[in-house]
Amino acid sequence: MADALLTLDGLRKAYPGVVANDDVSFTIKPGEVHALLGENGAGKSTLVKMIYGLVKPDQGAMVLNGVPFTPANPAAARAAGVAMVFQHFSLFDALNVAENIALGMDNPPHPRELSQRIRDVSNAYGLPLDPDRTVGDLSAGERQRVEIIRCLLQDPKLLIMDEPTSVLTPQEVEILFTTLRKLTAEGTAILYISHKLEEIRALCEHATILRLGQVVDTCDPREKSARELAEMMVGSTLHVPSRAEVAPGEVILSVDGLSLKSATEFGTNLHDIHLEVRAGEVLGIGGVAGNGQDELLGALSGEALAPGAITLKGEAIGHLGPNPRRSRGLLTAPEERLGHAAAPDMSLTENALLTGSVRKHLTEKGFLKWGAAEAFALRIIEAFDVRTPGPDNAARSLSGGNLQKFVIGREILQNPDVLAVNQPTWGVDASAAADIRQALLDLAHHGAAVIVISQDLDELMEVADRFTALNEGRLADPVPTRGLTVEDIGLMMGGISGDMTDDTAEGAA
Amino acid sequence: MIRLEKRPSPSRFWATATPILAVIATMIAGGIMFALLGKDPLEAIRTIFWDPLFHETFGPYSRPQLLVKAGPLILIAIGLSLGFRAGIWNIGAEGQYIVGAICGAGVGLAFYPTDSVLLFPAMVLAGALGGWAWAMIPGLLKVKFGTNEILVSLMLVYVAESMLASASQGLLRNPEGMGFPGSRNFKEFPAGHNAEIFTNSGMHWGVVAAFIAVIFAYILLTRHMLGFQVRLTGEAPRAAKFAGVKPARLILFSLGVSGALAGMAGMFEVTGPAGQVSIDFNSGYGFTAIIVAFLGRLNPIGILLAGLLMALTYIGGELAQLMLGLPGAAIQMFQGMLLFFLLAMDVLSNYRVRWLRKEVTS
Repeated sequence: MADALLTLDGLRKAYPGVVANDDVSFTIKPGEVHALLGENGAGKSTLVKMIYGLVKPDQGAMVLNGVPFTPANPAAARAAGVAMVFQHFSLFDALNVAENIALGMDNPPHPRELSQRIRDVSNAYGLPLDPDRTVGDLSAGERQRVEIIRCLLQDPKLLIMDEPTSVLTPQEVEILFTTLRKLTAEGTAILYISHKLEEIRALCEHATILRLGQVVDTCDPREKSARELAEMMVGSTLHVPSRAEVAPGEVILSVDGLSLKSATEFGTNLHDIHLEVRAGEVLGIGGVAGNGQDELLGALSGEALAPGAITLKGEAIGHLGPNPRRSRGLLTAPEERLGHAAAPDMSLTENALLTGSVRKHLTEKGFLKWGAAEAFALRIIEAFDVRTPGPDNAARSLSGGNLQKFVIGREILQNPDVLAVNQPTWGVDASAAADIRQALLDLAHHGAAVIVISQDLDELMEVADRFTALNEGRLADPVPTRGLTVEDIGLMMGGISGDMTDDTAEGAA
Repeated sequence: MIRLEKRPSPSRFWATATPILAVIATMIAGGIMFALLGKDPLEAIRTIFWDPLFHETFGPYSRPQLLVKAGPLILIAIGLSLGFRAGIWNIGAEGQYIVGAICGAGVGLAFYPTDSVLLFPAMVLAGALGGWAWAMIPGLLKVKFGTNEILVSLMLVYVAESMLASASQGLLRNPEGMGFPGSRNFKEFPAGHNAEIFTNSGMHWGVVAAFIAVIFAYILLTRHMLGFQVRLTGEAPRAAKFAGVKPARLILFSLGVSGALAGMAGMFEVTGPAGQVSIDFNSGYGFTAIIVAFLGRLNPIGILLAGLLMALTYIGGELAQLMLGLPGAAIQMFQGMLLFFLLAMDVLSNYRVRWLRKEVTS
């Protein structure tokens, strides 16, 4: 095809034991937004890494602008006009915006000239950014702008974006989409990877669907429903979590005037947080990452003490550590699976022991009951369909979704009175995410109070009875989820002051 | 091209095979070194590894030395390994060893010339307490002020050495020693003497304590919650905090245990094989034990074997110096190679080595 920007022809990449991509072919035209869809492990990352020069294909060819394209490394890919915004930012907190951008350039211009170019480009694309600000002080949305502008300074012909909206408020997503549409109008093509199907329907003109490393389908996402897209990805009909109506019971957990200084320098302090959860209820807490989610979960788990601020079933527990809280019925699951919720190099049996020792009586006079711990690990593996050869395997050998099922299952099987989870389905594929949500709903149905902290608004709308949001360590007053609009939610996430929205509105104007 | 690929789970086979492989590699590299020095490599290696145990003339003398030397190494290394497992780096076992020796011997000498059977247990206790207290200094400083335990414990070794010099010349000096530095000799003080349990076996109470420590550490690490918390803290500190481990308590526990065991080792040494408190009775066991702990992969059984192997290279090294005229530095290099190869081979248990042909670039 004469008008193709990038043509992939029969790309294959195999790793020991797994074929990541097999015979992948498709074409990206100039000025189009091309979606790459697939579950975790479908081979999306490997594919874009090949285009970006991080991984060499075993077979197949790529053609960019009519010329064979075999980037040896990312610098070569960038020189050819391919830029990429990663899901995880690679920025230095202690440096300012311009310094961070200069670090990623092959021949950085003079700082003053670079600052001016950053201002020009950021204003031209409606992404205002002050080059002199320290990155550590920026919100996640602003950090992403740094990454995007770093790419735009190279004047790319193809921009690859991996899960760009996972850290953005709905308003920020709108601004990003405006920018992306501006870019495509100028002829830049965008390869867009996302789990959020509604966004893909709103933004993309073409979609290539990968399953188990192969292209299984292509479509125009504007003509499909989100559900149809999900089913194309999974290859089967999708189970949508269902919930039974239950009248909420008594208040089980209440937090009154919780203020907490963050343990880390670039963390967020919590300010005067009040919340209540009732038996049988799911409270959803939205908000962009880095607004105090980790700190709030730490205060609930007992990793950070908050004397006097937390009451469980009428008893003050703010001064207690994690295990006394567990024995009283308050369980938690932190966001970071490897290294926080689970020890990577330890077996699943040992990881079952990690939080289960108190409530499951896995010790006797301080001595470990390995048989009971293994039986508990096996129960988790069976009940939550964790895919692993057995409980002797190290936690790090599990995929993200499977480990997350294990972590959530470990807490649920301990019959908590209150369960607080942070990002329960982050990086988890669609069917595993649905299972986890269903398990949380079932738990609430059986009378537990559940707190779900998440950045995924669709998830919160699906599971939560009441919704609130964290913004810069402050919690908005919870409101019933039913009848909430995306705009309401966005305003709650942006906080009452709303400076972020003002700021961006100015920039867009 | 050689490439390393991370294994999904650490390999059990390689975790046990690498120490053996490291010993073989040390023999090869050491053999080359000995050959370059103009000695017969096979003879040198036989002198180091074989003769101390089986030589007709030297065997009977050096066999008991094996336990004498391995005992303190194992006892100290067991204590250190608990801390190392939890990521707490007590480098100052030598100092705790010295202070334990001074305290244990001091209690004994204070009651000279009693013949009470209670004296020796009291001395063991005093030695353990002395080492424990010396290790509590870096422990409390770390817990209260966040100081680095590596630096503090290491520098306290030099303080302890000065105390040893002062004690052997002043406080604990033998009043009947005609002004020579050094305390009374415990060989002439039966109630306080850490004598051999079986004649000519090298087995003294310190060796017994080392074996008991191995068993206790094994049970602690594999069967007890506290050992689980030690391992968890070392592998994933955030997960440990989430599991309810109190970091300060764990720091004090592991430093305390390693200090007490080192102190006991010092007391057993000074009242047994060394015989008296003297300026230079300590011979670096506290530092060598660090190597033993790692050579044994911080595993109690491994440490037991590593301690015996290390003792063997010490005795064999001395024998090689004596018999073949090898320089002392060559023996130290040989021992250094052992640690070097062990750490280098460690890679194999977590990584898979792949030989790739050079990639063809079009």
